[in-house]
Amino acid sequence: MRHRRFSAYPDAAVSNGIVAGGISIITGAGLAAQLEGKGRVAVSFFGDGASCAGPFHESLNIAAAWKLPMIYVCENNLWAVNTSAERALAVQDVAARAGGYGIPGVIVDGNDIFAVHEAATKAVARARAGEGPTLIECKTYRHRRHTERPTQPDIRPQEEIDAWMKKDPIDRLVAHLKGQQGQLSEEEWKAMDDEILDKVEAAVAFAKASPFPAPERATDDVFAA
Amino acid sequence: MTREISCADAGMEALIEEMQRDEKIFHLSTDAPPPLVQRFGEARVRGTPIAEGALTGMGIGAAGSGFRPIIDWRMVTFSFVAMDQVVNQASKIHYMFGGQTKFPILYRATVGGGVRMAAQHSQSPYSMFMNLAGLKMILPSTPYDTKGLLKTAIRDDNPVISFESTRLLTLKGEVPEEEYTIPLGVADVKREGSDVTIVALAWLVHEALAAAETLDKEGISAEVIDPRTLVPMDAETIRASARKTGRVVVADEAGPTCGASAEISALITEDPATFKCLKAAVRRVCALQVPIPYSPTLEDAVFPDRNKIAAAARAVMAER
Repeated sequence: MRHRRFSAYPDAAVSNGIVAGGISIITGAGLAAQLEGKGRVAVSFFGDGASCAGPFHESLNIAAAWKLPMIYVCENNLWAVNTSAERALAVQDVAARAGGYGIPGVIVDGNDIFAVHEAATKAVARARAGEGPTLIECKTYRHRRHTERPTQPDIRPQEEIDAWMKKDPIDRLVAHLKGQQGQLSEEEWKAMDDEILDKVEAAVAFAKASPFPAPERATDDVFAA
Repeated sequence: MTREISCADAGMEALIEEMQRDEKIFHLSTDAPPPLVQRFGEARVRGTPIAEGALTGMGIGAAGSGFRPIIDWRMVTFSFVAMDQVVNQASKIHYMFGGQTKFPILYRATVGGGVRMAAQHSQSPYSMFMNLAGLKMILPSTPYDTKGLLKTAIRDDNPVISFESTRLLTLKGEVPEEEYTIPLGVADVKREGSDVTIVALAWLVHEALAAAETLDKEGISAEVIDPRTLVPMDAETIRASARKTGRVVVADEAGPTCGASAEISALITEDPATFKCLKAAVRRVCALQVPIPYSPTLEDAVFPDRNKIAAAARAVMAER
C-alpha cells in the first residue's frame, strides 16, 4: 500500500488543511501509479466531513472511469469539527456513495484492525488487478477534540464519547492478542507500550531541543532551484 | 531555417517536442488535443471529465510522484473552479514540505478578450495568481516566445502557469525549426526607442508596436518592452529602459486595480535610481474596471488599444 512519498517520511504523503483537497492530490498519485505500471497503489484517507465536498466526488468519478489503482478510506468518525454526520450527511453510510460511481463501497468496523486489514487487502488486490478503486468506510470515532487548541469547544455528548472509548481499537487488539495462547503476555505488552511511549517522548524532546530556523531562511524553498 | 506558424501551432510544437523528449510528461484537459492523442496515445493524453478542481490537484499528486503533468484549463475561466488547488495546494506545497520534493507542473489557460465571448470568457486575471508566492507564470506575445517559453516552463521544476492570449492564437510569426528555449524572467525589447518606454503585455505588445509607428511619424521615439514572464519579472530590463527614456506607459488588457500594470509601475517608481530619472508620472493604459461586456461597441470601448497607448505616450511626453 505504499505509494511514492512526497516527504522524507515513508507513507506520509500529504496531510491537508483543506480536508477534501488532498483527495484529488492523492488521486494524482494513483494516476502516476497507473502510468508507471509497477503495481503501486495510492491510498487517500479522509473523513465524513470531506466526503461532502466536491473533490471527493470529482476524484471518485475520475478514478472509477479510468480504473485507477486507488483506495479511498473514509474514517467516518461522526464529527466534522462540531457538526455531526447526522446533520451533515444526507445518507449516513458514506460507502453508499460508491454506488454512484459503480465501485465497491465497503463498510467496516474501523476500530477492528482485522476487519480493516481484510478490507484493505481485497481493495489492494482489486487495484493491482486493474479493476479500479474501492471506497472503504471505517466506522469509528474521534478520540479527541478537532484540534488541540484549548479554546476550541467540544459539543459532543459525554455519553457518546464514553461509549466509543470502550471500543478503543488498540485496547481491543491487545485484549484479543492476550486471549490467544502465547500471542502476547502482559509483560510483552508492557514492554511494547513502554517502547512506543519512549519513542514518542524522545521525538517530542528532540523537537523541543531543536533550534528554530534562522529568520533569513523564510524565503527558502518558495521555488525549487 | 525559420517558417511562419501561429501561436497555437507554436504551443503545440512545444508540447510535442517535450513529450517526445520526456516520457514522464502527460497531458490532461477536458478536450484532448488530437495532435497529441495521435502521437502519444490515450494513456498519456487524456480527455477528462469536467472537473478542473480534481485535475489541478491530480497534477500536484502526479508531479510529487515523479511525473511532469501538463494540465490545460483551456480558458482561464475554468481555473477559478480549481482555486483551492491553485492557492492552497500548488503554490505552497513545495514550501510546506521544506523543499523535499519537486512539483513540476504546467497549467495552461487562454486569457483576454476581443473575440466577443462575454464577461466570463474574456478575463485577464493573471495578477490574482501573481499575488501568490510559489507559482511562476508566462504571458507570451509571439509564436517564437510561445514555443520557447512553453518548453522552458515544461522543464521547470515548479508549477508554472502559461497565460496565452486568445486574440493571438491565430497570429503568425517566425519560428525556427531548430531546437531553442527562452529563459523565464527575461524581458524582450520588442522595439528600441529613446523618448518613451511602453511596457506592454501580450496582445498589447502588438498594439504598442503599432502606436510606436504612429508616434515615430510625430517625432516621438518609443521603446516597447515585453516582460514575457510575469513571475519572475525582469525588473532590471524595465528599469533600465525607464532610466534611459525617463517616461513610461504601461499597457495591460486587464483592469488597473492591483494588476500586473500596478506591479510594473511600482517596480519602476520604488527604485530610487530609476525614480530619479523619471521626467513624468508613470501612466497606465488598462481595461476599464468592469466585467468585459458582450456588446461589440462596449467591449471595444472597455479595452485599451493602439490609439489609447499613443495618447498616453503623448501625454507623458507633454508633461513638463
